[in-house]
Amino acid sequence: MRIRIRHDTTYHYDVPVGGVIQMLRLTPRNHDGQFVVDWRIDVSEDCRLDAQEDAFGNIAHVFTADGPFVALTVLVEGEVETQDTGGLIRGAVERFPPSLYLRETALTAPDAAIAGFAADARAAAGADPLATLHEMLARLHRDVVFDTDPTHAATTAAEAFALGRGVCQDLTHIFVAAARALGIPARYVGGYFHRSDGVVAQDAGHAWAEAHVPALGWVAFDPANGICATEAHVRVAVGLDYLGAAPVRGARDGGGAESLAVRLLVDQAARQVQS
Amino acid sequence: MLARTADNLYWVSRYVERAEYLARILEATQRLSALPIAYGGTTNEWDSAVATAGCAGAFFAAHKEANEESVTEFLAFSPDNPSSIRSCFEVARSNARAMRTALTIEMWEAINETWLELRRFQPSSMSREEIARFLRWVQECSLRFDGSAYRTMLRNDAYWFSRLGVYLERADNTARILDVKYHMLLPAHEHVGGPLDYFQWAAILRSVSALTAYHWVYRESVKPWLVADLLILNDQMPRSLASCYENIVRNLDSIARAYGRQGPAQRQARAVRTRLQNSRMDGIFQSGLHEFIGGFIADNNRLGAAIAEQYLV
Amino acid sequence: MPAAFDEMRGSGGDLRPAYLQLARWLGELPPGFLPQRMREAELLFRRIGITFAVYGEADASERLIPFDVVPRILAASEWATLTRGLEQRVKALNAYVKDVYGKREVLRAGIVPEDLVFQNPVFRPEMNAQRVPHDIYVFIAGVDVVRVDADSFYVLEDNVRTPSGVSYMLENREVMMRLFPDLFARHRVAPVENYPDELLATLKSAAPATAAADPTVVLLTPGIYNSAYYEHSFLADKLGVELVEGRDLLVKGEIVYMRTTEGLKRVDVIYRRIDDDFLDPLAFRPDSALGVPGLMSAYVAGNVTLANAVGTGVADDKAVYSYMPEIVRFYLGEEPILKNVPTWRCREPGHLAYVLAHLSELVVKEVHGSGGYGMLIGPRADKATLAAFRARLERDPKGFIAQPTLALSTVPTCVEEGIAPRHVDLRPFVLTGRDRVRIVPGGLTRVALKKDSLVVNSSQGGGTKDTWVLDA
Repeated sequence: MRIRIRHDTTYHYDVPVGGVIQMLRLTPRNHDGQFVVDWRIDVSEDCRLDAQEDAFGNIAHVFTADGPFVALTVLVEGEVETQDTGGLIRGAVERFPPSLYLRETALTAPDAAIAGFAADARAAAGADPLATLHEMLARLHRDVVFDTDPTHAATTAAEAFALGRGVCQDLTHIFVAAARALGIPARYVGGYFHRSDGVVAQDAGHAWAEAHVPALGWVAFDPANGICATEAHVRVAVGLDYLGAAPVRGARDGGGAESLAVRLLVDQAARQVQS
Repeated sequence: MLARTADNLYWVSRYVERAEYLARILEATQRLSALPIAYGGTTNEWDSAVATAGCAGAFFAAHKEANEESVTEFLAFSPDNPSSIRSCFEVARSNARAMRTALTIEMWEAINETWLELRRFQPSSMSREEIARFLRWVQECSLRFDGSAYRTMLRNDAYWFSRLGVYLERADNTARILDVKYHMLLPAHEHVGGPLDYFQWAAILRSVSALTAYHWVYRESVKPWLVADLLILNDQMPRSLASCYENIVRNLDSIARAYGRQGPAQRQARAVRTRLQNSRMDGIFQSGLHEFIGGFIADNNRLGAAIAEQYLV
Repeated sequence: MPAAFDEMRGSGGDLRPAYLQLARWLGELPPGFLPQRMREAELLFRRIGITFAVYGEADASERLIPFDVVPRILAASEWATLTRGLEQRVKALNAYVKDVYGKREVLRAGIVPEDLVFQNPVFRPEMNAQRVPHDIYVFIAGVDVVRVDADSFYVLEDNVRTPSGVSYMLENREVMMRLFPDLFARHRVAPVENYPDELLATLKSAAPATAAADPTVVLLTPGIYNSAYYEHSFLADKLGVELVEGRDLLVKGEIVYMRTTEGLKRVDVIYRRIDDDFLDPLAFRPDSALGVPGLMSAYVAGNVTLANAVGTGVADDKAVYSYMPEIVRFYLGEEPILKNVPTWRCREPGHLAYVLAHLSELVVKEVHGSGGYGMLIGPRADKATLAAFRARLERDPKGFIAQPTLALSTVPTCVEEGIAPRHVDLRPFVLTGRDRVRIVPGGLTRVALKKDSLVVNSSQGGGTKDTWVLDA
């Protein structure tokens, strides 16, 4: 599938901001299931985008923009050709052995409830790790209600699990925490998802998980959709949790209160050409 | 030097200077309010003390009535008043700690010991005499800090920024007294109020420690327009607006010379000083003392902002 | 427990040569002389103490770390051995950190288990495959050393994150020189006062290649509420560098600047006394207000040197400690000069079983603990404490290591009943620059003031002493 993405984020500041620094993880890389045809990042203020590869092999850009200004827009736009690999991630940039992804982070620390959830899933699936992961995927998709209200960027896996509600980020954190609790390396993936129902305009990017299964390697599980990743998934960044793969981490000098407007269009490239 | 260090130096000086000024206001007010009614002790001096301290809004938000007890507590000890003597010393000390290396050991000891000592004063149990002693102690602390700075600091940007704090604050304080009491100083007033106002004028002079100076400069009895002249235009008088600006200009020039660059702060300070130099008291009275003072306070605040913008952020 | 080795009297009771003069001097003193000097020393420190008031806003003077006026003396030959051992140790530590974030040869060779690195909370994935200027990670190390007899020095702990205490080493000497000029005249004590100079030279030698000829060094502190703030301001003062907080710095185009009264000024080397977690809210804890947003991006771009490097903690936790002899051999091909205390890693079932069976003979420490907290001294513990600790061990064996109880050497110390032996340790400071390793002769001697106590930490009744290295 050829997927076209246009994602712009505009920050409005109550009072003119003195300066902004941001680290962007908004650039996808190639692997066996995806090929980046075309990609660019645009920042509305004059600045230099310095590209670095981060610890997990993601492309990160850092920019600093000098104020004063009252609005800042970061636009990313491009096309990615994807293939269904049955959720297997091969040929991706790997900088660590899988065991690194057993590290606990503040956002993914398992509490007794998550550990119990993981153990139950394993008991139900038998000892096989792949079957266990599928069991967890199905249970999470069934039991945790998708709800954008009660959680936020700093909600932990344990908090979201206790609520039984959350967004794709929360579901992913729970999945990752549960997998690690069973000794299965797991990581957070940030990216985009092309919807099959024809809805093009979305509110936010997508998130899912990858877990390492000895015989297969990394396999991608999308608990928000209850499926393994398909050709509809565009993989942008991985990390131990949301913070490690966050599309934007920034700081600013002054500027008072900030409001944020996101416009995201994920569409099939071919269809756009036809219309 | 670090902008934050310069900022700290500047504010430590301002806060110490402000503490001293508050102590003087309280002292002068205490004296004035103790006068028998026949000598002019009727008006509520405590109201005007709050006004001269520049915190009437905050005070009346917390208190119904301005009297000796409430005003003394608020201006001297209240932790809720960010400009009380206690708060001033506390902020000064924590600023000083954050730039320990920019201070000489003598300055640090002066401010640190002040802060340690401050804890020993228990406002609730203080008699009027103890309060008077406290107020004198505050002035001594300020003198000690100021003297340490003068005698021990290298004459470099650190010193100049600390001096700027002193003079900007001092100019603001003197102008504030004039702003509240200006009506007592109008030439026509002598006929209205009569000699009883001597005590009011003396109180003004006392709050800027200029009562003795007045007699040395003018060699005559206290006359309101001469009081105004002394506090505004007389550059021999260390707390006059003219003298403050002479020092502000000199210190800003030193900074500009050292950095090889000048900016809005230098230009604005020179403009204010030129205006003061070219003014005569009768001209000021004619065009309005109150307007003149109001304009000065605004100019002084603008200069503070310009200095901050140019050097301290 | 075996009898402790006394550094003045030795094991046999005969005076050891380094202490001859001191013993004679102590013998000549009129009664009451030392207690009086102790009071004077306290006054001097109190005076400094008032100026730092760093501990406890409420009552600064009470929180002074006790100072003992009897110096601890090392002979030139002892120091020479120590120096060689320390240099070797720190070289190996540096090589280890570089390897762990680089080629990982030590893991491939099976010297250190992989999970001890990758699942160690202080391992920083962000440092993986990043080159740091001149490949130096550990610029400043504070290696805690103890001795048990005339010849053996043991390393107790390698502190390679942000070791503190060097200000006490310097201040202790200043006070001693003021109080005992006569005693100094009778000895030839190697000076330590050049430490700040050596530190500055070390830091400047490590400036990134893109820095100006005379690099700008700053000391980054968490601020006045940090318990070591006094040391930060003391060192900045002695180094003649700016003492900055996170908000004084900013990153622009991968370069670090400080905000000065003359505008932005480039910063080349940051001697940072902030923990990794708080350095950069864009890379580590997002809620950190102490750090500098974007600092890591400037760092990995090679435009600023951080001393110590990010992620050095991976070399100094107590579980890694037990592998140090092999680490030394692996990187340097030499036998370790300083000994390692035999260590049982409770993460290994065999070791755990031994530890549980011998709990009352061992010292058990938390892998990530410090300051003498969370530690069990088996021979001193009562039954209830032992039982409680046993439960903790069984719950989280990975969190602990165990060691035999060492009979730390003793040094004469001025206590209430007169001069009596007290247990000590030593923290020398090892500086590694691009050009060479620098160690000033001495360090911080910590002394357990309570009779028979082995805990020298200041938070638990420990004091400090001046440490003299005699010139040959």
